[in-house]
Amino acid sequence: MTRKSLPLIEAGEAAPGAPERPLDPARRAFLRTAAAGSAVAALSSCGLDMEDFLRKHFKELSPAELGRVLAKVEQRNQARFGRKTTVRADGPRPGVEFGYGLDLSRCVGCRRCVYACVRENNQSREHPQIHWIRVLEMEKEHGVDLAHSEIYYEAEGVPRPGKFYFPVQCQQCRNPPCVKACPTQATWKEKDGIVVIDYDWCIGCRCCMSACPYGARHFNWATPNLPAAELNPDQHYLGNRPRPKGVVEKCTFCIQRTRQGRYPACVEVCPVGARKFGNLLDPESEIRKVMETKRVFVFKEELATHPQFYYFYAT
Amino acid sequence: MSGIFDFLRGCLRQVRGGRAYQAWVAALLTMIAVGIVSYVHQARIGLIATNMRDQVSWAFYVGNFTFLVGVAAAAVLLVIPAYVYQWKPIKEVVVLGELLAISALTMCLLFIAVDMGRPDRALHIMPFVGTPNWPRSMLTWDALVLHVYLIINLVLVLYLLFKTYRGETYDKRIFLPLVLISIPASISTHTVTAFLYNGMAARPYWNASILAPRFIASAFCSGPAVMLILFQVLRRAFKFDIKDEAIWKIAELMAYAMFLNLFLLGAELFKEYYSATEHLLYTEYFWSGIGPHRALVPYAWLSLACSVIAFVLFLIPGTRRNFFTLNLGCLLIWAGVYIEKGMGLIIPGMTPDTLGEIYEYTPTRMEWGVAAGVFGVGFLVFTLLVKIAVPILVGTFRAPRGAPAPSPAEAAGTIP
Repeated sequence: MTRKSLPLIEAGEAAPGAPERPLDPARRAFLRTAAAGSAVAALSSCGLDMEDFLRKHFKELSPAELGRVLAKVEQRNQARFGRKTTVRADGPRPGVEFGYGLDLSRCVGCRRCVYACVRENNQSREHPQIHWIRVLEMEKEHGVDLAHSEIYYEAEGVPRPGKFYFPVQCQQCRNPPCVKACPTQATWKEKDGIVVIDYDWCIGCRCCMSACPYGARHFNWATPNLPAAELNPDQHYLGNRPRPKGVVEKCTFCIQRTRQGRYPACVEVCPVGARKFGNLLDPESEIRKVMETKRVFVFKEELATHPQFYYFYAT
Repeated sequence: MSGIFDFLRGCLRQVRGGRAYQAWVAALLTMIAVGIVSYVHQARIGLIATNMRDQVSWAFYVGNFTFLVGVAAAAVLLVIPAYVYQWKPIKEVVVLGELLAISALTMCLLFIAVDMGRPDRALHIMPFVGTPNWPRSMLTWDALVLHVYLIINLVLVLYLLFKTYRGETYDKRIFLPLVLISIPASISTHTVTAFLYNGMAARPYWNASILAPRFIASAFCSGPAVMLILFQVLRRAFKFDIKDEAIWKIAELMAYAMFLNLFLLGAELFKEYYSATEHLLYTEYFWSGIGPHRALVPYAWLSLACSVIAFVLFLIPGTRRNFFTLNLGCLLIWAGVYIEKGMGLIIPGMTPDTLGEIYEYTPTRMEWGVAAGVFGVGFLVFTLLVKIAVPILVGTFRAPRGAPAPSPAEAAGTIP
């Protein structure tokens, strides 16, 4: 398969992973040091990693600190999977806001996107099985109606008569209920529209999962079951790096690819071209072309989440 | 310094007791042991040891938490009728309410702790050392009001007991404002907990503005139910002078609260069934099941039956004044509200899930074990607190060299 690339993002352009909006780091760091200092001795004896315990919020990290954090993730990957990995944290590119289009008239429900996503993003394979994309089989008779949908349809013989297929993943809302619900700011919306999670900051309370209207957030009920041979070594800190037990994860529009000017894995793998992706701020992009020539709609528009993920019927 | 040792020695003396008491404490310790074993298992393999999954991502633990917030809130609300009706041992009523609130809050915080995927990172929600998403996230609000309420209760109880233990009169200028603050604080804990669910547009079953009023109404039933039984136990065990009239009055007030709760339930059911939109599914799942998925249906009707019978028992003066039917009513209310505010609130909110999938949740044995442990801790805390506080209040446990103490009735009577 040839590797497609997004024409409208120049791949060489360096983007700093620097914080966008520091939260008065000096004061915070001081307080944290003072408060946690006494706890250090007690906790380090419990096997907790002190460096993690005292770490700052992702957005407060200086470039040097971020470098150390990334190196540590790579070391952990090495220890856990015995493989060398590259963990980056490239930030959003100026002038880019991602948008996604899904052509419901083309989707045949083959679930290739589901499994390409699992492989690309290092999801847990089983116990628990985590799929960021969920394809719903719906009845043509009822239209988009969740009460008449089926997630566990047989893959054989799709598309089946009388049915159509409705894939759902994170809608990268402009007004994300999950971000509002998170008590620790462990999840936030980046400038390019991607809603990300810092797996090292999440406390696993699952408020975001209750708040998400799209079932897009998934919890690591156990340590992810990810065979070392299947590990994708090309990783982003806020994206597909392997997750620990007890934290929430979700689709990031393949942040590790799209911030380097590549397509998300699901777009690349779709055999019928039902998936479109591009820069909403670029009038020449594929997604803008779709929005101008087709009539798009968003899922659960009544909740005013304002997704950056659009559905349409091309034919 | 020797005063503290005297006090601790005195406490050790107070927490001894007869056969029945020892059996009770042994039972609680067994529950705690079961809880610890279960939790260690859960911590080792992860929350996969529960039956929660992505579809139903909050369940038994969060349900218990919600119910107990109600108990914590309502215990202190007894202060209001105690004032209005000028009950004699008002100080005792207040202190016992606060002690129940402290124990219930302990259980609330433990249930949240056992539900967290990463309790080791709990500090991330704390101000100054973490990054709380305040004021946007309702959970940060909930953490705030629960802790404020806990602290108010602790300060109040410690101050009052300390003064009484030393045989001194307490300063009403400290005591009264704290009591008055604790009342809105108790309402706020339950309101904010309701808002935690209420604010989620993704879950139509919770996203109804009737939720917070219903929380308060049902809490007014479940909290006092505990207190009524406790008053009777204490009357027997100590010279604890609470009059029958006070108990009957509480039962009458509970009947009104239960009426309100049932009325609000009826209003909800009417809206759901008459308009019959796609949102009806959640209510249907609880009351009649969806196709073969009927796990909660028996509980729904059991809860309704308990609440209605208790309402009738508390409404009719004859059954309200009969201690057998009164206590039966308390147990029924406890059971009815426990189902309604626990499993009955959380699970239908998530079944079907946001993509229409029906995953039928029932707690695993391990979840029961952890919950037993939490309840064991809470009841043990309550038992020990009562065992120490009541002798102080009735004047049998005092600082050794103290001045002659005012009798509790005198002290209580000084409150306007």
